[in-house]
Amino acid sequence: MIARVSLRAGVLAYLAAILLVPVGLVFWRTFEHGLHAPWAAISAPDARQAFWLTIEIALVTVPLNTVFGVLCALAIVRRRFPGKGLLNALVDLPLALSPVVVGLALYLLYGRAGWLGPWLTSHGVQVLFALPGMILATIFVSLPFVVREVVPVLREIGTDQEEAAATLGAGSFAIFRRVTLPAIRWAIAYGVVLTTARALGEFGAVSVVSGRIVGKTETLTLYVQDQYESFNTTGAYAASVLLALLAIGTLVLMTVFRPKEGI
Amino acid sequence: MVSVTEALPLRAPRLGLPVGAGVVGGYLSLIVLVPLAALAARAGDFSRVLSNPEAVSALKLTLGLSFGVVVVNAVTGTAIAWVLVRDEFRGKQLVNAVIDLPFALPTIVAGLTLLALYGPRGSSGINLAYTRAGVLLALLFVTLPFVVRTVQPVLLELDRDMEEAAASLGAHSTAIFRRIVFPNLLPAILSGVALAFARAVGEFGAVVLISGNLPFKTEVASVFIFGRIQSNDVAGAAALSLVLLGISFAVLLGVGALRRWATRHDRQS
Amino acid sequence: MRRIALLCLTLGIAATNAPAASKDTTLALVAYSTPKEAFAKIIPAFQATPAGRGINFTQSYGPSGDQAQAIVAGLPADVVDLSLAPDLQTLVKAGLVDKSWDKNAYQGIVTRSVVVFVVRQGNPKHIKDWGDLVKPGVEVLTPNPFTSGGARWNVMAAYGAQLRAGKTPAQATAYLTTLFHHVSVQDKSARDALNTFLSGKGDLLLTYENEAKLALAKGQAAYYVIPKATIRIENPVAVLKNSKNKAAAQAFVKFLYSTAGQRLFAESGYRPVNLRVIKSFNFPVRPWLFTIGYVGGWDKVEKQFFDPNNGVMAKIERGLGH
Repeated sequence: MIARVSLRAGVLAYLAAILLVPVGLVFWRTFEHGLHAPWAAISAPDARQAFWLTIEIALVTVPLNTVFGVLCALAIVRRRFPGKGLLNALVDLPLALSPVVVGLALYLLYGRAGWLGPWLTSHGVQVLFALPGMILATIFVSLPFVVREVVPVLREIGTDQEEAAATLGAGSFAIFRRVTLPAIRWAIAYGVVLTTARALGEFGAVSVVSGRIVGKTETLTLYVQDQYESFNTTGAYAASVLLALLAIGTLVLMTVFRPKEGI
Repeated sequence: MVSVTEALPLRAPRLGLPVGAGVVGGYLSLIVLVPLAALAARAGDFSRVLSNPEAVSALKLTLGLSFGVVVVNAVTGTAIAWVLVRDEFRGKQLVNAVIDLPFALPTIVAGLTLLALYGPRGSSGINLAYTRAGVLLALLFVTLPFVVRTVQPVLLELDRDMEEAAASLGAHSTAIFRRIVFPNLLPAILSGVALAFARAVGEFGAVVLISGNLPFKTEVASVFIFGRIQSNDVAGAAALSLVLLGISFAVLLGVGALRRWATRHDRQS
Repeated sequence: MRRIALLCLTLGIAATNAPAASKDTTLALVAYSTPKEAFAKIIPAFQATPAGRGINFTQSYGPSGDQAQAIVAGLPADVVDLSLAPDLQTLVKAGLVDKSWDKNAYQGIVTRSVVVFVVRQGNPKHIKDWGDLVKPGVEVLTPNPFTSGGARWNVMAAYGAQLRAGKTPAQATAYLTTLFHHVSVQDKSARDALNTFLSGKGDLLLTYENEAKLALAKGQAAYYVIPKATIRIENPVAVLKNSKNKAAAQAFVKFLYSTAGQRLFAESGYRPVNLRVIKSFNFPVRPWLFTIGYVGGWDKVEKQFFDPNNGVMAKIERGLGH
């Protein structure tokens, strides 16, 4: 009994010290003098631009990775083809790579001395230090989530229903829409939530490819760092609280869509 | 038994395969494969970067701290999972949900929250900025969920008969844990450890504010690489990135092998 | 499905590169880390003039050396304002700035400053001159000379001050080695170093006079002392060769040199180069003020001190590692 209580106490103390108190403290410090200062900080033009830039990047990244994720999961589970092992490894790679290395790879590809950079710039397309580069970086780091969530579910549900539909004469797209998709939709939802959280919170890779152009290539995460380093703790905390609120929203959705029962 | 799919004509019963594979392959190439190829191709002289004392120091620090962090996580993660599965108290559901916060919170915000409590003007009075302890703390924050989430499902599924039988025979609870529960949890712990290690080794955002990035003291590999990129020494940055990647993979393979050894009995049926 | 995906990607890229709907020009200003607040006043003032009407700006601030490298790597820029001439030379070498950038009435220099000591309130360690920096227990902050322009000014100020006091070059180099053993943190930019100092670390910060003045004006605890011997900092400005808005960029640079622009710089703590403006501001003159020419000129100094492999500073930094 004592062991149980003391273990519980130990665990809760650890979580408090590492996680709960620091996060709670940021909320406290942001609002301890009322709503006015943080609201003014988050309504500043640069802050608003950073927020909308972050949203814009997510709005391109998440749908693309979702579509890719479903197609890729279908390929991995339902098909045999040479190079499947490589495909699997490539999909999981973003989880093992430091975000800075992701940014570096894009730098090497699209920079002035990169493989594709000069050709693209001569055609008027600016990738690095502009929105496309940041989108590519965000897509890279948030690539695996939908795939990894859908694959086990696809494996579990098997092909029986789809085969039955096929023998009844249904076309491939109809089978997908009517049989496969409904079965995997919660897995997709969970994967989308994880992808969105990752896209909104990306920092390292966009740090490398952003070029520090104020108000144009500053996402909300880069804005937090910029504010903190410009003596503006109010602005940094206000933007952090906004991001934390988005994270908490993500947490709620994760709990709702979680595939297995947690407890 | 011949499956129905195999008896069907070659026209695929789902989305036309050529289209699906083409899109998947093309997307992956554009997004992942080609950039990585650029990284591998442009990596400069490995010997130059490995003879740079600052780079070696950053590498050693990163690996050392990451190992330390995963050892701590193996213990605390299992403890947290245990409490979440086997214990009952008010607010447990909330605690369970909160475990995922490091997954959802941006890393730079994580760093800022730690500074609010443990920084120069932190409320705790302890100043961990510019110290290795600060880096360790940041890594503990971001790797918190991994072991917990891999151990939890296993613990949930665990058949408690053997534990109860052992208890009825008079075995002490620590012996029960060590002899019966732990071996079943080990593969899951190792999986979590592998994920946590990969994450810790590459962490940037959470570390960059609290560590102060002091060369030879608190500068981790990712920050060093970032500095090299900023100075346009991309060859050096790429070289160290590949070294880091290589070491990560070696460790992951090692953990994978360890995991297979731990589950050897399960596969002998 | 494929078509939708391709469409999204194309639209995404196209949208970001579509030319602005209006006829406004946009100038990309890339600068070192400290003039952000100065430009916050200067840009609107320029936009209020006939030459500046309808011109929008994007701005990027960061460590001087890194910003130059970023432009070489592809960062779009029309006007560049850096901490010191060698960083501009990086752009000349890359073919991005014309060789004749310094052939105007001001030799391409748009602002000046001096290196100062920023100390704690009341100057508890009684720091007045360079010798006080290497006393036992004194913790000095300076940015990293390999990324920050400000740091290179600091190093040359320290070195030149030794020479001015009658020491030999060897003794001056020895002083630098001792000094850097007192440096506890080397941030990547001057602004980062100021932040670190203000967060409580160190007894003294070596930085630009304009940084110290700005921090003081913002109510920060940045009390400063100007040593008797210090270096005259000169910050260059240039228009890029491949700028698509050359006329607008040149108009902006002209404004920076004008009385109005120089006055705004002076109000932000910079020492102006325009003679008419200098007279209406009260910047202290130091008796042993010297220029970079006194220590050999940037071309010689860059090679001797800041070569990443064999420079004096490279050797010192390596010696610091443990």
